[in-house]
Amino acid sequence: MVQNLRARRAASTLGRPGAAWAIPGLVFFVVFAVAPMVGIVYLSFTRWDGLVAPEFSGLENWSRFLKDGEVLQSTIVTAVLLIGNIAVQLPISLLLGVWAAGKQRNRAVLSAIFFVPLLLSTAATAIMWRQLLDPNFGVPAQLADILGDNTDLLGSRSGAIACLVAVTSWQFIPFHTLLYQGAARTIPETLYQAASIDGAGRVRQFRHITLPQLRNTIITTTTFMVVGGLTAFDIVLLLTNGGPGTDTAIMPFKMYQTAFRIYDYGYASAIATFLLLLATAASLVLVKVSGYDKMTSTLEGL
Amino acid sequence: MRTRPNYLAGLAAFGWLLIIGVPLYALLNTAVQPRSKYTDGGPLSIPSTVTGQNFVDVVDSGFLHYMWNTILVSAGTVAVVLILGIPLSYAVVRGSGWVTTGVFRLFLLGLAIPSQAVIIPLFYLVNRMGLYDTLWGIILPTAAFALPVSVLVLSGGMRDVSGSLYDAMAMDGASPARVLVSLVIPMSRSSIATTCVFAALQAWNGLLFPLIMTQSSDTRVVTLGLYNFVSEYGANVPALFAAVLLSAVPILIVYLFARQALVQGLMGVGDK
Repeated sequence: MVQNLRARRAASTLGRPGAAWAIPGLVFFVVFAVAPMVGIVYLSFTRWDGLVAPEFSGLENWSRFLKDGEVLQSTIVTAVLLIGNIAVQLPISLLLGVWAAGKQRNRAVLSAIFFVPLLLSTAATAIMWRQLLDPNFGVPAQLADILGDNTDLLGSRSGAIACLVAVTSWQFIPFHTLLYQGAARTIPETLYQAASIDGAGRVRQFRHITLPQLRNTIITTTTFMVVGGLTAFDIVLLLTNGGPGTDTAIMPFKMYQTAFRIYDYGYASAIATFLLLLATAASLVLVKVSGYDKMTSTLEGL
Repeated sequence: MRTRPNYLAGLAAFGWLLIIGVPLYALLNTAVQPRSKYTDGGPLSIPSTVTGQNFVDVVDSGFLHYMWNTILVSAGTVAVVLILGIPLSYAVVRGSGWVTTGVFRLFLLGLAIPSQAVIIPLFYLVNRMGLYDTLWGIILPTAAFALPVSVLVLSGGMRDVSGSLYDAMAMDGASPARVLVSLVIPMSRSSIATTCVFAALQAWNGLLFPLIMTQSSDTRVVTLGLYNFVSEYGANVPALFAAVLLSAVPILIVYLFARQALVQGLMGVGDK
C-alpha cells in the first residue's frame, strides 16, 4: 500500500520535463518577437533615419501622430475593411461550409473546386486581380457597355475599398468554408432526426441546431478575420498601393511607407505602436470570448 | 435524413462556382495567349492560339531559382518551428510551475503581435546579426511569428495524450527525452502535421519579410519575384499570369498527392 503510493508520487514527478526544455524556444521567441515589441515602443520616442543612431525626441512623434489627419483616415479605412470583410465572408463561408458538409457526390466535387483559390498565395491573388480589374485591358474594359465610363473600379475610394473586400473574400472564403465544413460534419445527425420528427423545417433546423452548434467555429473564423484584417498589408500593397491617393492606406501600409519609403523610422514606430495596441486589445477581447486561456484539452470541449 | 434536394442552395453554390471559376479561367486562358492576342481580346476571350512561350519567358527570367528559394525558406521555417516548438510544447503540457502557466500565457499574448508592427526593430536586428539579404533573414522572423499558433496546436495535441500513458512510461523509469520520442511525438502526429502545414504556408505566403530583409535576386523568393514582375513586365500580362500560375505549382502538387493532409492541416489550425 505504502509502496504503491510512493510509486505513484514518483510517477507524477518522474519523467516530467524540466524548464530547460522550454528555454531554447522561449529565448528565440523573446529575441525575435518580444524584444522587438519593446524596441518599437522605445523607437516611437526617437528620431531615426536608419543611418545614424536613434536620437531621443520625447513626445515629438506622438504629438505629430495625434495631429496627423491621415491617421484618423487610416484608422477608419482599417475599420471599414475589417467590418466589410467580416460582413461578406462570415455569412457566405458559413452557408457554403454547411452546404459542402453534405455527403452528396456533387457537393464533394464542387467543394474540391472551391478550394482552389487557397493554392494561390496572397501576392499571386492580388496580382491576378489587379490585372483583371485593369480599366484598359481587364474585364471592366470588356464590360464597358454595362459600366459606361466607370471602368476604373480601383480609381475611386468606395470602388477601391469594395475591390479590396471582394478580393480578400475571394481568397479567404475557401479557407473559412473548410473550417465550417469540418465543424458541420461533427454535428450529431440525431439532433436533426429529432428535430424533423418534431416537424421542424430546414430553416428552423439551421437556426436552432446548426448555428448554435457552430458557435465555436464562428468565434474562430471571426478571430482569423479580425487579426487578418488588421494586418492585411500584402493585398493593399499589390492591389491598390494605398490609392487612390491615400484612401486605402490602412495602418500597416502607412507604417511601411513612412518607414521604408520615406525613411522616417521614428514616426513609423509611433504608428506601429498604435497598431500593436489595437491588435492586443482585439485579441484580449477574443481570447476572453473564446476561452483560449483556459488551457483545457480539446477533447473536454466536445 | 434531408433527402429532399435543396435547389435554392444548389443554385447559390452554382453562383459561387462562377465567382471562383471565371477568374481562374481568365488566369489560365491569359497565361497561354500570345501577348498581342491578349491586348485585343482581354482575359475572358476564347483562346484561338495557345502558346507556351510565356512560361518559357518566365523560366528564363530566373523564376525557378525564386521557387527554389521559397522551398528552402519553407523547409527552414518548418524545421525551426518543430525543433523549438515540440520541446517547448512538451514542457508546457508536462512541466510544472511557471513553465506551464507563464510560458503558455506569453505565447498566447504572442498571438496578438502583428509582424508588421515590429518590422522596424526586426529589420535592425537582422542587420546587426549580419543576416540581411540572406534566406535566414527571412526564415528566423517567419518562424518566430509562426511559433505562437504552432505551440497552441502542438500543446493541444499533446494534452490529448492520456495521462495514464505518461504515468505508465514514468513507472518504467523512462526519462523525459524517452517519453518525448517514444510516446509524445508518435501520439501527436496529427498536430505535428498541422504545424508543418501552417508553418510552411506562412513561409510560402510571406511577402513582408522578404520585401524588407532581402534585396538581391540571389535571395529573391516567389512572392517578391511576382511583386517585382509587376514593374519589370509592365503590360505583359500573359507572362505575369504565367508566373502566377507557376508559383502555385508546388502547392498544387502537394494538394494532388497529400490532399487529405493539407485539408486536415488547415482544418486543424482552425480547431485551435
